[in-house]
Amino acid sequence: MKSKGLLIGCGAGAVLVVVLIGIVMWGVGIYNDLVRIDESVTQSWSQVENQYQRRLDLIPNLVNTVKGVAEFEKETFTAVTEARSKVGQINAGEVLNDPAKFQQFQAAQGELSSALSRLMVVVENYPQLKANENFLQLQAQLEGTENRISVERMKFTQRVQEYNTRIRQFPANIIAGISGFSVKPNFAAEPGADKAPKVEF
Amino acid sequence: MKYFIAIVLSVSIISAQPDFPVLQRYATDLTNTITGSQINSLDNQLRRFDDTTSNQVLFLMNSTIDGYPIEMYTYEVATKNKLGSKENNNGVLFFVAKDDRKMRIEVGYGLEGTLPDALASSIIRNDVAPFFKQGDYYSGVQAGISSIISATKGEYKREDRREEDEDSDGLFWIYLIFLLIFLIFGKKGKGGLLGAIILGNAIGGGRSSGSFGGGSFGGFSGGGGSFGGGGASGGW
Repeated sequence: MKSKGLLIGCGAGAVLVVVLIGIVMWGVGIYNDLVRIDESVTQSWSQVENQYQRRLDLIPNLVNTVKGVAEFEKETFTAVTEARSKVGQINAGEVLNDPAKFQQFQAAQGELSSALSRLMVVVENYPQLKANENFLQLQAQLEGTENRISVERMKFTQRVQEYNTRIRQFPANIIAGISGFSVKPNFAAEPGADKAPKVEF
Repeated sequence: MKYFIAIVLSVSIISAQPDFPVLQRYATDLTNTITGSQINSLDNQLRRFDDTTSNQVLFLMNSTIDGYPIEMYTYEVATKNKLGSKENNNGVLFFVAKDDRKMRIEVGYGLEGTLPDALASSIIRNDVAPFFKQGDYYSGVQAGISSIISATKGEYKREDRREEDEDSDGLFWIYLIFLLIFLIFGKKGKGGLLGAIILGNAIGGGRSSGSFGGGSFGGFSGGGGSFGGGGASGGW
């Protein structure tokens, strides 16, 4: 009688252990999957960052080249330089996990985009620039960078959507809650502000 | 999500999504501006370039993209056709929208270093556009392709593939040697003649299937490369 009770107890215990191990394994699987998606978001964010950085690096050269020819457009230059330094103050690395900073980052980059596009419009009034090979190359680099930014933003947006959907779905949301995966900020539509400067030849 | 929907909506409002052609050859002219033999020569040149360097440079000419942004169009075409290899992302799409008078060189991630935007833009403005202005499309395209090739040829080397072709080449030579042996030593007997005919057929078959194979193997198939919006656009 006694031994039978022990046997049942042991059996139940064994089943419980197996079930527990099963649950843990299952949780670990989901966790690893979340880590993978999280990593892909981080990676695509760094691509976005790289392209924005590339644009920042391009500006001094561009402004100097244009300045030599179009010296009367002081206001436009100042706007670009100010917007650029504003962007430079934000640490892009911290942006991804802080929605407020993300907003700030996006706003600053948007401002820089519009300052740059004003500059490129002003440039249209100086035909001598259009014959300047150095300027034309810088212009091509700027256009290429703006295009890369929009491609990388699009890829980033898709990754974040995938991630945010995943961590809010049941049962992954439980694992995400326990291990601290939170919803990531994404780019919002900002008509006009993030439009690439479009310069026709 | 909102942003994405906004993009999709605005694109569909501005203009209907165009068809993104599936590229089966290295050089495609949907406008029939460039003659068949000229297209073939461009196609051969680009296929050989792929054979030796693994860089997949493709040319596509279309009449119009109906106001669709050219950067998005070439990105979509290049991505859908998977130009370049998966490891090296070494694809380039040279696209011309003839009636829109616009063109673009779309450069894969792996070739952005050797074919930077400034160079792509210079190729468009200085090598291609002058010919297009005179209506000489073939010379313009040829000049553009030559410049793209010389900019990118040092970057990668073809290591694998095309081994089957060498094998069948080897077989062809073996056939030829046997045929000669039969012809020389078997002249007196009927058997020799028969053998020669059989072998001659085998070689003929081998050759024709070889050239047929060249045609079909020579068709383009994408290697899985991806793009990040690099390159330059221009007009004439």
